[in-house]
Amino acid sequence: MSSPTTTRPASDAARVAEAARAVLDAHDPRSVPREELFGALYDAGLAWVHHPEGLGGLGLSRGLQAVVDQLVTDAGGPRMFAVNPIGYGMGAPTVVEYGADREQVAAWLRPMVTGEEIWCQLFSEPGAGSDVAGLATSAVRDGDEWVVNGQKVWTTLAHVARWGMLVARTDPERPKHRGLTYFVIDMDQPGVDVRPLRQMTGQAEFNEVHLHDARVLDAHRLGEVGAGWKVAITTLMNERTAIGGVTGRRGSGVIGEALGLWAAHPDRHTPVLRDRLAALWTRAETHRLTLARARRTASAGQPGPEGSVSKLVGAELNQDVYEFCMELLGPDALLYDDWTMDRSRVHTDPNSTVQQRFLRSRANTIEGGTSEVMRNILGERVLGLPGEPRSDSDRPWKEVPRG
Amino acid sequence: MAEPVEFDVTEEQRALRDALRRFAERQHDEATLRRLVDTPDGFDRALWARLGSELGALSLAVPEDLGGAGGTCVDQAVAAEELGAALVTGPLLGTVGLAVPALVAAPGGAERDALLAALADGTRTAALVARLTAPYDGASAAGVTADGDRLTGAAGPVPDAGSADVLLVAAAGPDGPVLAAVAADAEGVTVQRCGSLDLTRPVARVRLDGACGTVLATGEDADRALRHAWRVGGALLAAEQVGVAQRLLDLTVAYAKERLQFGRPIGSFQAVKHRCADMLVAVEQARSAALHAAWAIDDPRVDDADLAVAVAQATCSQTAYRVAADTVQLHGGIGFTWEHVAHLYYKRAVADAALLGSAETYRERIAAAVLDTLAEDTAPPRVATG
Repeated sequence: MSSPTTTRPASDAARVAEAARAVLDAHDPRSVPREELFGALYDAGLAWVHHPEGLGGLGLSRGLQAVVDQLVTDAGGPRMFAVNPIGYGMGAPTVVEYGADREQVAAWLRPMVTGEEIWCQLFSEPGAGSDVAGLATSAVRDGDEWVVNGQKVWTTLAHVARWGMLVARTDPERPKHRGLTYFVIDMDQPGVDVRPLRQMTGQAEFNEVHLHDARVLDAHRLGEVGAGWKVAITTLMNERTAIGGVTGRRGSGVIGEALGLWAAHPDRHTPVLRDRLAALWTRAETHRLTLARARRTASAGQPGPEGSVSKLVGAELNQDVYEFCMELLGPDALLYDDWTMDRSRVHTDPNSTVQQRFLRSRANTIEGGTSEVMRNILGERVLGLPGEPRSDSDRPWKEVPRG
Repeated sequence: MAEPVEFDVTEEQRALRDALRRFAERQHDEATLRRLVDTPDGFDRALWARLGSELGALSLAVPEDLGGAGGTCVDQAVAAEELGAALVTGPLLGTVGLAVPALVAAPGGAERDALLAALADGTRTAALVARLTAPYDGASAAGVTADGDRLTGAAGPVPDAGSADVLLVAAAGPDGPVLAAVAADAEGVTVQRCGSLDLTRPVARVRLDGACGTVLATGEDADRALRHAWRVGGALLAAEQVGVAQRLLDLTVAYAKERLQFGRPIGSFQAVKHRCADMLVAVEQARSAALHAAWAIDDPRVDDADLAVAVAQATCSQTAYRVAADTVQLHGGIGFTWEHVAHLYYKRAVADAALLGSAETYRERIAAAVLDTLAEDTAPPRVATG
C-alpha cells in the first residue's frame, strides 16, 4: 500500500515539526523578541523550508512551511509573513532564484525574516498599471553602478523599507518586455524620495516613490541586463499566491466578521439576508477548501497559475462580504469615525472598523493584478486561449503610444 | 505507513480514472450515447454488467465481504466524476448512488447480501423509491406507507425506476420509517416510464397497491440507511456535476480556440475568455467541495458529513448548471442545435441540480447549521459609531 511517495512527506513533516519545536523551546515566542525567534527559525532552515540549506531552508516541499507556521502561531508567535510581507512573500523567492552571489542573498534574507530590514516593490508607475511592462523609469549604467530616474506608485511599506525590488528600463530602443532590468535598490539614499499616497479610506498604506539620480549597484542586479521581465514574473506570481493564499479555520477571516455581525444583530435578521449570508459562507468555505487542495497538490517549486484562481476568488469574495456587512449595519453604515491620515494604521489593523474595511476592499480587485488581468491569465496561461492582437509587442518601447 | 491526507490522490484512483476514461471513449462515445437514449431502457445492460464485473466501478465503496471493492467513497466519487463527464448511461444514481449505500448501511441478512452482490456486479439494477427532489428529512422521504410487508402509495418521478429489477422503497410504517425491497414485476407494482427532461437519465412514476415487499430495515435502522443513501448520493451527484462541468469547460475552450469570427479565434476576445476563466474558477471550487464531501463521509474527523454534503450540493448544482448554460452561449447557434452534444449535458445539469434537493434547499440547511446556531457572543468586528 505505502509507496515512497506517500511516506516521505510524512517523515519530512515530522522532521520539520521536531526542528520547529526545538527552536520554540529554546526561544519562547512569549518572552523573547521577535527578531530573536525569527532569526533562530532562519538559522534552523525553518523560515522558508523549501529554500536551499544555508538560505533559511531545508530543501523540502514548500507545503511543509505550514507545519512551521502553525506551530509558531500555536506557541503564541506572530506570523513571519505578516512582519515583512513583501520581502517574505515576494522578495525572498526572487532573490533566491536570481541572486548570483549567494553570500549577498543570505545577507538579504536573514534581516528580511527578522523584520530588521523591510522590503518594498517598485513596479507600478502612474503610466504603467496593468501594463507594468510598459514602465518608463530609466536606469543608465555608470561604471559599477546604475543611475535611476522616474516615479513609482502604490508602493506598500516604502516609507519604512530598506530595500526595494526595482524594475527599470535599461534599453528604450528594444520592445518593451526586452528592455527591462531588475535590481534591488537601497532605499536609504538621497535620490529616493518617498511620499504618502492617500487612499479613499483616508489612510495612506501606500506611497509614491520619486527617484532622482538614485544609485544602485550592478552587483545588486537580479538576472541579466534586459531580462528583468522574467525576474519580475517570479515576483508577481508569488505576490498572487501570497495575497490569495492565506487560509485559516472554517468561518475565520473576513466571513468570520460577517458571522460576528450577524450574531450581534438579531434585530436585523431577515430571510433574504440570511440566504445571502449562507451563500457567502458557502463561497468562503469552497475557497478555503480549494486553497487546502492546492497546497496539497502543489508540487515543490514555484507556484503556478493556480495562485491566480485564489487571488481572483478571494478579492471578489472580500468585497461581497463587506457589502453584506454594510447592508447588515443598517443606519450605522452611514457613519465613519476618522478620516485623519495616520501612517501607523493599516487595513490589517485589528481596530479598524467595518466601514473602513468595506472601503478598503475596493482595492482588492485592483491591487496585485486587477481581476480583469487575472481572468486574462487564467484564460491564456491555464486554458491556453489565444491573446488579444497587440500593437506594442514588437515595436521599440519608445515608439509605443503612452498616456 | 502514512495515512493519506485529505485531497491526496492515490495511484489506484489515477488508474481507475484512466480506465474509466478509456472505457467511455471506446464503449460509450457520443454515437453510442445517442443510440442508447432512444432504446426503451435507455442503457445497455451488457455494458452495465461490464462496468460492474470487469471494472468494479459500481461498488467501489462496498466492503469486500459484501462483494465490493472495499474502497472508499472518494474512490466512488472519482468514478462518478469520470462517468458523469461522458454521460455514461445506466442507473448510476438509482443503483450506485442511492440503492447500494442504503443497502450497505442497512442491517445484514441473506436478502440484503444477495441483492447487494447482484447490484455490485451489475447483473441486477435497482432504484430508490422516495421523494428524491429534496434533502433527506426522515419524515418526508417516504412517498409510500407500509403495513407489515404490504406497500401502498405513489412516488415519482423516480430516476432509473423504469428499468430497475428491484425497487428499494422508503415507506412510512406505523413505528417510523421502513426500508423495503420489492421486485419490479411483483403483483401490485406499476412502473410507468415518463418522458424525461434529461434524455440520458430516464425517470418513471411508481405506484404500489398493497405490493408485497421484503422489509430490510425499520425504525432507526431504516433512518440510518436512508440518511447514508442521501449523503453518499449527494456526494456522488456532486462529483458527477464536476465531471459534467469539467467536460463542458474542455469542449468550450477547444471550440473557442478553433472558431474564427472577425478574423480571429473567438477565445482571443476578452468577453469570451473571461467567461471561460469564470467557468474554470467555478469548476475548481466545485471539485474541492465534492471531494471534501466524499472525504467527510469516509472519515468523520475530516468534517461533519451532512454539512460537507450540503456545501457540495449547494455549490456543484449551481456550477454544473452555470457552466452548461455558458457552454450553450459560447457555442452560439450550434450550441442550441439537437445535433450538438451541449444540450444533452445542459439537460443533465438541470436535472442534477433538482435531484436530492436544489442549491437553495441546501443553503437552507447550511443556514440552519451555521447561522442559526451562532452563539450570541460571537465576537463582532468593530463598527464605526461616527
